[in-house]
Amino acid sequence: MTPLALSSFTATSALGCGLPATLAALRAGRSGLAPCAFESVTLETSVGEVPGVDANALPPALTAEFDCRNNRLAWLGLNQDGFAEAVERAAGRYGRARLGIFLGTSTSGILETELAYRRRDPAGAFPADFRYAGAHNSFSLAAFVRRALRLSGPAVVISSACSSSAKAFASARRAIGTGLIDAALVGGVDTLCLTTLYGFHSLQLVSRTPCRPFDVARDGISIGEAAAFALLEPAAGSAAGSVLLLGTGESSDAYHMSSPPPDGAGARAAMQAALSDAGLSAEDIDYVNFHGTGTPSNDEAEARAVADVLGKQIPGSSTKGATGHTLGAAGALETVICALALQEGLMPGGVNTTQVDPALPVHYLRANRNARLRRVISNSFGFGGTNCSLILGRAP
Amino acid sequence: MSAPPSPGAYLEGVGVLGPGIPTWPAAARVLRAETPWESVPTVLPVPQCLPPAERRRMGSLVKLTLAVGLEACAHAGADPAGLPAVFTSSGGDGRNCHEICEALASAERLISPTRFHNSVHNAAAGYWGIATHATPAANALCAHDASFGAGLLEAVCQVAVEQRRVLLIAYDANSPEPLFSVRPIPDAFAVALVLAPERSAAALAYLALAFSAERADTLAPPALESLRRAIPAARGLPLLERVARGGGGTVVLDYLGELRLGVELSACR
Repeated sequence: MTPLALSSFTATSALGCGLPATLAALRAGRSGLAPCAFESVTLETSVGEVPGVDANALPPALTAEFDCRNNRLAWLGLNQDGFAEAVERAAGRYGRARLGIFLGTSTSGILETELAYRRRDPAGAFPADFRYAGAHNSFSLAAFVRRALRLSGPAVVISSACSSSAKAFASARRAIGTGLIDAALVGGVDTLCLTTLYGFHSLQLVSRTPCRPFDVARDGISIGEAAAFALLEPAAGSAAGSVLLLGTGESSDAYHMSSPPPDGAGARAAMQAALSDAGLSAEDIDYVNFHGTGTPSNDEAEARAVADVLGKQIPGSSTKGATGHTLGAAGALETVICALALQEGLMPGGVNTTQVDPALPVHYLRANRNARLRRVISNSFGFGGTNCSLILGRAP
Repeated sequence: MSAPPSPGAYLEGVGVLGPGIPTWPAAARVLRAETPWESVPTVLPVPQCLPPAERRRMGSLVKLTLAVGLEACAHAGADPAGLPAVFTSSGGDGRNCHEICEALASAERLISPTRFHNSVHNAAAGYWGIATHATPAANALCAHDASFGAGLLEAVCQVAVEQRRVLLIAYDANSPEPLFSVRPIPDAFAVALVLAPERSAAALAYLALAFSAERADTLAPPALESLRRAIPAARGLPLLERVARGGGGTVVLDYLGELRLGVELSACR
């Protein structure tokens, strides 16, 4: 592919709002996971909750149509690091209709529906204040962002579970490639809700303790929430050191709805496709940000796939011990973390993991390592057997 | 000044399933006004290509999408296992969502694992891969009422940029109450298109996409027009009508409010 620049990017997660807070937490090896006190949930687990989401009101003109926790987190995230202003400048350069919106979410505003089901009237009808399009529907996120930033180009939500917002980058770069649009607002937003907390619990995939990716005693995920965004533009004229999207790779397992094939075939295919798309080989990659959810089978399949494609010695870590698994936002959040890693020369160590599973053929970093990084790869895999790998690098 | 970019693809195969429309040939006869459209409930076939265990677990959207996807692949003479796929739906599986929300509103909050993994918007895409052994990328999109246009855009961009044949499946289904009252989609409806980068013997038409501010095309029979307006996946019917008639020219499809899609169509047969 022709490289594209991440000309502006931002992240808001349990590590904090915006890049300085995120970077400080990564440097300190701090985890944002804490015992779950969300809503009325009584599960014994830790979550990566973003403080202050519900206090962050939407623009008044949009509240009636779009108010829900997911859009409040989106708005909180858009207003960090001057990101909304960068989008406004891009809209000025290219035109408001020449900027596309590609956002990932797995559950959008479903929390509103879950709570409305408790408030059904005796006949079973929703309360009058329930909104389908602006809260429940997956597209609510992109519709809200389009209205809030007054953009008038194409917009779509990619909702492929935990690969959603990684795949958003692949879709955006194709649309830019056709010339239908000049630039794209890409990202992911997912928020805590009962469906995912109780759903992953039903599959016995939730850890009681803060998740420990690649640990010999790993026993499940910790669910988090995040909003992460990037502005993708043609890379021509980017300053040296700018972060570039170099390649995208996608594949399907065609195996099982909720577990990967043990040999990691789908993950392998996604990484190989990303390398081929970028015109790179394994030696060109300096760091891998694992999907690394912390379940026994996911980490094992991914470790095998990474060893096959990139070798056992490539340094890597999962940042989910710090942020939790932010599901539909994970791809975008970890892409932004990779962009920070490239800019700062920082390979973030995986927190919470105390003893790396000796059965996994990986060079797993438990502590931060500083090194000049040329290129990094970020993996995102999801239910339904959906896989996406993204390769980022620095402009020469 | 150069003409605005207009990525395109050759249409090689079509699948349709909806109320009173069991197949693409049946849809084509209705769209050519050879037979009147009768509004009878959509009949979903039971797919034989999934193992019995998966057949028990899947929802009605899996039956719907398998039916149209396999019909379009057979029409195009394409092996589904080799095709990247773009799935697009305005709301996914409302029945499954209803069951989960009911359970979460109860004291026990017990969700079945199957219900949960079927709740992802890409469930139909996941079962498609399991049923057809398709390992290329599968996308899962949502754009509310604009979902058909969003899917067509994504599919044509994939064909144009990756230079690969792509399967598009746009689908929607009705939800139980109380979701039905807030999103009154009357019945299950799906369209599948196989789109290719190069002209082959299977090519029915070439279509080129651009954004448009023109008024969207409508369907002349009032009952069919109601179907187009009631089900987002049916917003592509004016395009299928033109294909069924073997005609060319520009078809304008509803997309995102005032932003519409102009599809420039040229028949290949």
